[in-house]
Amino acid sequence: MPRTSSRKGTTNSTASGNSSTVDLFRAASGKAASKELERIDQLFYSYASNSSGMIDPEGIESLCSDLEVDHTDVRVLMLAWKMQAEKQGYFTLDEWRSGLKGLRADTILKLKKALLDLEKERSEGHRTADFYSYAFRYCLTGEAKSIDIESICLLLDLVLGSHFRPQIDALIQYLKIQIDYKVINMDQWMGFYRFCNEISFPDLSNYDPDLAWPLILDNFVDWLRSKRG
Amino acid sequence: MRAIKEIRKPPVADLENLHAYRKVKGKKKKKKKTKTLKQRRKKKSERDSHLTQVFNWNKWLLCVDLGLVGKMTMNQRNTIDLDQGWDFMQKGITKLKNILEGLPEPQFSSEDYMMLYTTIYNMCTQKPPHDYSQQLYDKYRESFEEYITSTVLPSLREKHDEFMLRELVKRWLNHKIMVRWLSRFFHYLDRYFIARRSLPALKEVGLTCFRDLVYQEINGKVRDAVISLIDQEREGEQIDRALLKNVLDIFVEIGMGQMNYYENDFEDAMLKDTAAYYSRKASIWILDDSCPDYMLKAEECLKREKDRVSNYLHSSSEAKLLEKVQHELLSVYATQLLEKEHSGCHALLRDDKHVTAEGTTLVKQAEDAASNKKAEKKDVVGLQEQVFVRKVIELHDKFMAYVNDCFLNHTLFHKALKEAFEIFCNKGVAGSSSAELLATFCDNILKKGGSEKLSDLKLLKKPWRRKKLARRLLFDKSANDEHERSILTKLKQQCGGQFTSKMEGMVTDLTLARENQTSFEEYLSNNRNANPGTDLTVTVLTTGFWPSYKSSDLNLPAEMVKCVEVFREFYQTKTKHRKLTWIYSLGTCNINGKFEQKTIEMIVSTYQAAALLLFNASDRLSYQEIMTQLNLSDDDVVRVLHSLSCAKYKILIKEPNTKTVSPTDVFEFNSKFTDKMRRIKIPLPPVDEKKKVIEDVDKDRRYAIDASIVRIMKSRKVLGYQQLVMECVEQLGRMFKPDVKAIKKRIEDLITRDYLERDKDNANLFKYLA
Repeated sequence: MPRTSSRKGTTNSTASGNSSTVDLFRAASGKAASKELERIDQLFYSYASNSSGMIDPEGIESLCSDLEVDHTDVRVLMLAWKMQAEKQGYFTLDEWRSGLKGLRADTILKLKKALLDLEKERSEGHRTADFYSYAFRYCLTGEAKSIDIESICLLLDLVLGSHFRPQIDALIQYLKIQIDYKVINMDQWMGFYRFCNEISFPDLSNYDPDLAWPLILDNFVDWLRSKRG
Repeated sequence: MRAIKEIRKPPVADLENLHAYRKVKGKKKKKKKTKTLKQRRKKKSERDSHLTQVFNWNKWLLCVDLGLVGKMTMNQRNTIDLDQGWDFMQKGITKLKNILEGLPEPQFSSEDYMMLYTTIYNMCTQKPPHDYSQQLYDKYRESFEEYITSTVLPSLREKHDEFMLRELVKRWLNHKIMVRWLSRFFHYLDRYFIARRSLPALKEVGLTCFRDLVYQEINGKVRDAVISLIDQEREGEQIDRALLKNVLDIFVEIGMGQMNYYENDFEDAMLKDTAAYYSRKASIWILDDSCPDYMLKAEECLKREKDRVSNYLHSSSEAKLLEKVQHELLSVYATQLLEKEHSGCHALLRDDKHVTAEGTTLVKQAEDAASNKKAEKKDVVGLQEQVFVRKVIELHDKFMAYVNDCFLNHTLFHKALKEAFEIFCNKGVAGSSSAELLATFCDNILKKGGSEKLSDLKLLKKPWRRKKLARRLLFDKSANDEHERSILTKLKQQCGGQFTSKMEGMVTDLTLARENQTSFEEYLSNNRNANPGTDLTVTVLTTGFWPSYKSSDLNLPAEMVKCVEVFREFYQTKTKHRKLTWIYSLGTCNINGKFEQKTIEMIVSTYQAAALLLFNASDRLSYQEIMTQLNLSDDDVVRVLHSLSCAKYKILIKEPNTKTVSPTDVFEFNSKFTDKMRRIKIPLPPVDEKKKVIEDVDKDRRYAIDASIVRIMKSRKVLGYQQLVMECVEQLGRMFKPDVKAIKKRIEDLITRDYLERDKDNANLFKYLA
């Protein structure tokens, strides 16, 4: 692509260089940056459906196949998280832009790599909580405030499975057999997160049912303990 | 006749002459009084036997006043010298003393009296400087003092304890007599000298001498002696109660109208001693005895002390004494008694004794009985339960009486009793809780129209009661509207208006409904075209008062639709602002079944009627068809069809002819059905009421918990979880005991509904979202 004129050198080098300290706005005004933007946009339009002007589920599928990830892979979710996408299965141009810009990816390859990095980033403490809660919000459809058990199980596995395998397995098992709750709300969802992080597993020694743990977790703990005998 | 007016009332001993006295005064004789006077006279004369006089004291006084005596002696009078005069008096006094000491002495004669009196009289009426009034007054006192110091005190000093007491009593009596007589001799002083100089009267002087000389010295010893005697009696020994009474009378009389001597010198010490005594006893008993035994002993002590007061202590001591005893025995150990580990009152009323024990036994009995019956029938609201409930009520009455009478309605005991009852009432009996049984019991009683007194309906939890009442009222099984009202009034008195307001509303509603019906009928007769085609009775209920009923979207048969329409029109004419919701599940219908043999009238519920009317259009219908046409739920359809085809009266024939209804069955009108009765009732078994009622109770509770949590959070804004739970439990404590898990669940629900939120940093902290 022919270079567009105007800006001078220093910004170029910084723009193409490191990903973390770049000021997006300054970079955006850089030549390379604007080129990047163009590429991002182009990438967007390659997947977007013509009617809605957004990337719809079909588009996402093709994106995923290009990225060589399964569309149920957590990385897709992470991508959505990065984009702070509002609606599950759809990416708008703005979301796309902000997401890819943040990832410093304007080609598929770069995107791929970025996502891998992202995984690493996610495992750092505080961001996980953010990602975790985002995951829940993302899956909410319409006006709903809670998600059904099935989807929750999938989501749990997806988001926390790699980190807290035994807890998540037990929890998913419990969620499937319990009948008290048919849906899980945000508060309970966050409760799961705290549970995995704070409570030692599998002994559950520091779990105190008199604290404000969601009731479903109290029941879960009881069930676990009774199972152990 | 000034003199006559000044006549003082004669001393009682002279009452043999009261006749004369009264005649002088112009009063009439009263026979009764003379009778008792005689008695009194007898007693007095017994005491004063050695001093009986046949002297007409008052006549004599009269003469003096009229100046007869004086006049007589005046002319012959020579000035009496003080010493001379006193000498003469002294002789008289000595004579008196001798008599008191029991020495042989002739009685005073009238002349003796006259002379003694006159001597004083003369000495007082002489012209100065020979009017010796003052000196005589002093000598009067001195006489006592001399006598006391020389004779009385020594005799008292040499004796101790009980003997001393006896001596004291004797000396006191003697002294009183001495005072009486001497003051008669010196009477003239009383009338003029003392009155003019406002000096203490002769009697008073006499008593004061005794008090100052004897009493002051000896009262300490006396008191100790008395108290030790009392203690001896407490230990079970026999003592001379009359003696004690006399001694204590001294304390009282020495006050000359005031109780301060009695109180200060005796009562205080006595109370202290009593307290100490019982404190000692109590500390021993509390360790050894169980609570009931202790209480018995305490009661015994109180009784004895009361007895003591009536026998020899002064009545004013009663209250103070009993209070002391109570304090020492009971108040001090109150908490201990209540909490005494195995037998404290608390325990008695609560744990494995008494109320709860008996209550639990009853429960167990009922359980056993019920479980035996279980093999035969399923839900037995039978005789056993009735008996059980009756026994519960009896038990409660019994203990309520205890609480009221014995524990003086103390709130602590009321509470303990209530708790005890709650404990065992909450135990289930054969699947239904006691509360439910009690409600059913009330139900049955009122159905029969019995006039039983249901003592404590507080035990019944509100929702049960309300539901039962509602059902009863609606289905008009209640024999007596008045009776309902009376029960309600009682409930109201016991539990407060709030509790019963809804129930009252229900009863009122029915009255209104009846009126409504009348006006509906009027309306019908007035509007010929508004004809429902069938007789229709509608009961309109006010939503707030009645328990919430599920109303289903039953597809009404055409006939009924017309009825509904007509009524709706009618109702519009009455009020425009109200919405009518039809509860078909509660309706009943009289339907004529034209069977081959004969036409039978059937009393069924609306649902059943609707189902049956379907068969007017087609002979055979499948389950599915019926369900679709009726637009009812599976549960309802099953129930309806079951009652019509598998129960006692088989109005419909079911294929296959199994005991239960399944969705694949087909139903046919049974034209061959017949019964010997012309009119039959086909009951529709109600939905598992219990479950439903439990659900409703839970729902009510959920709302209550929600409201409570929101209230608390609204005022506190930020609150920790445990704190919130605690406050919630406390707030709701009066109505029911909320489960912690339930509260937790409600909190979570409120979070979902955005009333609360969890704090970002502290998961145990909640914030109120406005």
